[in-house]
Amino acid sequence: MSDAPEPSGGEPVRHGPGWRTARWFDDRLHASDFARRSLDKIFPDHWSFMLGEIAMYSFVVLLVTGLYLTFFYVPSLSPVIYHGSYAPLRGLSMSQAYESTINLSFQVRAGLVMRQMHHWAAIVFIGAMVVHLARVFFTGAFRRPRELNWVVGVSMLILGLVNGFAGYSLPDDLLSGTGLRIMYSILESIPIGGTWLAFLIFGGPYPSQDIISRLYVIHILIVPALIALLLGSHLAIMWHQKHTQFAGRGRTETNVVGVPMWPTFAAKSVGFMFMIAGVIAALGGLAQINPVWLYGPYQPYQVSSASQPDWYMGWLEGALRIFPNWEVHAFGHSIGNVFFPAVLLPGITFGLLFTWPWLEARFTKDRDTHHILDRPRNAPVRTAMGVAAIIFYSVLFAAGGTDIIATTVNASENSIVWFLRGAVFVLPVLGGYIAYRLCNELAAASAGRRRAPGVIVRGPGGGYEEAGPAAEPPAATGTGGD
Amino acid sequence: MTDGPPLLDGDSDEPSLRLRGTERAIALGFMVATLAALGLAVLYALGGQPQLEGVLLALTLGGIGFGIAGWGKYLMPNGPFVQAREPLASTAAEREHFAVTFERGSEDIGRRRFLRRLLGGAATALGIALLFPIRSLGPNPGDSLSHTSWTPGARAVDVNGDPVQVDDIAVGGIETVFPEGHAGDASAQTLLIRVSDEPVVTRPGRESWSPAGYLAFSKVCTHAGCPVGLYQHRTEQLLCPCHQSLFDVLEGCRPVFGPAPRALPQLPLMLDADGYVVAQSDYREPIGPAFWNRS
Repeated sequence: MSDAPEPSGGEPVRHGPGWRTARWFDDRLHASDFARRSLDKIFPDHWSFMLGEIAMYSFVVLLVTGLYLTFFYVPSLSPVIYHGSYAPLRGLSMSQAYESTINLSFQVRAGLVMRQMHHWAAIVFIGAMVVHLARVFFTGAFRRPRELNWVVGVSMLILGLVNGFAGYSLPDDLLSGTGLRIMYSILESIPIGGTWLAFLIFGGPYPSQDIISRLYVIHILIVPALIALLLGSHLAIMWHQKHTQFAGRGRTETNVVGVPMWPTFAAKSVGFMFMIAGVIAALGGLAQINPVWLYGPYQPYQVSSASQPDWYMGWLEGALRIFPNWEVHAFGHSIGNVFFPAVLLPGITFGLLFTWPWLEARFTKDRDTHHILDRPRNAPVRTAMGVAAIIFYSVLFAAGGTDIIATTVNASENSIVWFLRGAVFVLPVLGGYIAYRLCNELAAASAGRRRAPGVIVRGPGGGYEEAGPAAEPPAATGTGGD
Repeated sequence: MTDGPPLLDGDSDEPSLRLRGTERAIALGFMVATLAALGLAVLYALGGQPQLEGVLLALTLGGIGFGIAGWGKYLMPNGPFVQAREPLASTAAEREHFAVTFERGSEDIGRRRFLRRLLGGAATALGIALLFPIRSLGPNPGDSLSHTSWTPGARAVDVNGDPVQVDDIAVGGIETVFPEGHAGDASAQTLLIRVSDEPVVTRPGRESWSPAGYLAFSKVCTHAGCPVGLYQHRTEQLLCPCHQSLFDVLEGCRPVFGPAPRALPQLPLMLDADGYVVAQSDYREPIGPAFWNRS
């Protein structure tokens, strides 16, 4: 293919209104050829390719709404007496952080919508990253040559979790303060350097005066900057490598079939961005989220029952609840109970996620380049493991609400915990096995390998016998739904 | 367009729909967006209302999004078009050329091994020096986690600083207390529970710890450090609302269910000459979750 611009047929091109500006830039940047190739770039189309876009565009909403919140929020634990417009809290002693959160919710016009949109966008952001990761996993999109982008993506997921936690800790309300106390205990439990780590991060023994201002700079500068950097690389690598595509008519490992960047893909994607922002705005206006004024200001000696973190921390909360009450004491040292569910488990989780592309290549011996995606059924082992993992983390998530389950189904907390302790191992294996069998059945069906159903005939004597396969003996194609 | 990517064989460039209705729907999206945006401005000027703000903003953004996305989906060329996917790896010649260029540049660095090692040493020293300021982020933990602000004879006071006299709490009553002068202290927070009129022995060796049936336990959960806030007098149990650990008060807050690995430390109590509840001493073991230096 020749990339040289070839004015076709000597026909004069009509230049639009931006021509002079474009020429000004090209005189200085030599960008015409690159820009032209970018406009012509072909993007494969599939609904599941939009999941990453949901994450990206909710990040945009996070930046815009978050910037607005920084103009009103005060990251300080200095005590003040509340005299604002929300009557139930008047006269109470609280931190400036909590006071400013209440004020930006009730006294800043449009502040509550911005705050709730920000919180909802975070929930959507991490949710979309998780579903996007699952899509990439189940379709094998992480395989060579896309291992790098997989690693970049998993890193963004971790940063998203960190920033979500830092963000909902900032209001210094009773719920988030309890979360910070637990985080301190988790740091403390780390062998050898844990105590020092907790003191250095929090600025001293819990509760320290520094933690909110430190979390603030982490939340609004350090982590968002890292996410933006990684997001930029994620897109640049995807752009450079070109997107994967599903198998289909005319689609091969050496081509890309889809719509051009300009104007079709650009219009669809930008339109999608506005739609996502619209949904988040509707949630922010209509669906109350994190009503910190109901929780009250944080006091280290107070706690409310049914304290649950945001959804993406639910698996850790559940692991903390159902992990047995073991603790290590040896040679004059201790490893706290929370180390195992809250440090080791996430360590293993993200360690496996980071290394998955290499682990799979090692076991399947498949080190080839793949641009055509797998259907999940065609990779039964991978699909089974993915399903097992989803069930494992879902059970942990459910375990994060043992108290709520217990009161809902009117069973004892203890029996729920014991049930979940078993389920967390049994259900993933069961689900993985079912997924494996299902994949093989589906693959066999679509490849025409499935055995035709037998026909049972009742004889004159009242007995039954199998009369062999159905009338069309081979039944080679189309036995199963696709 | 003549030099754009070609169409997939057998497909036509005709957008799937060019219906007047589609165009109308898109136009409607943009009009709704405009009206909603104006409404939003008016609403703000009138004083604002969170639910309406959310709805109008959603209509504005959603209308624009619906319009643009619909325009792209139904009225713009959707192909499908085909584009070649060039191999990602560079050619052998390109790689070779790169290697030669790089080697030529690094030849000098490679040859002066002595300077290279000194530079490595200097960089390492700089790295080490830069680690020191991290130390300023927090104080040395020392043995600060092994004791609290309870001292022998310290009166137990509630969060307002009022001391507790022996008759202040009825049997079955509970109060969060702190050492006098440290009301609100997170690590010294203690649950004062009156389980009886008589001294109660929770464990051998603690015979004199519970004057007039008062028991005191650290309120910091030994699991993850949450305040153990829920007391049930009927079963004499304490529940931590964070991760649902259950403690048996009469057995010295031994954990009976849930993830908590150790009993809540018990504070030895006595009554002073004026009948106030005071501590005999600090806790006899570190309170709260385990940490590395906890033996």
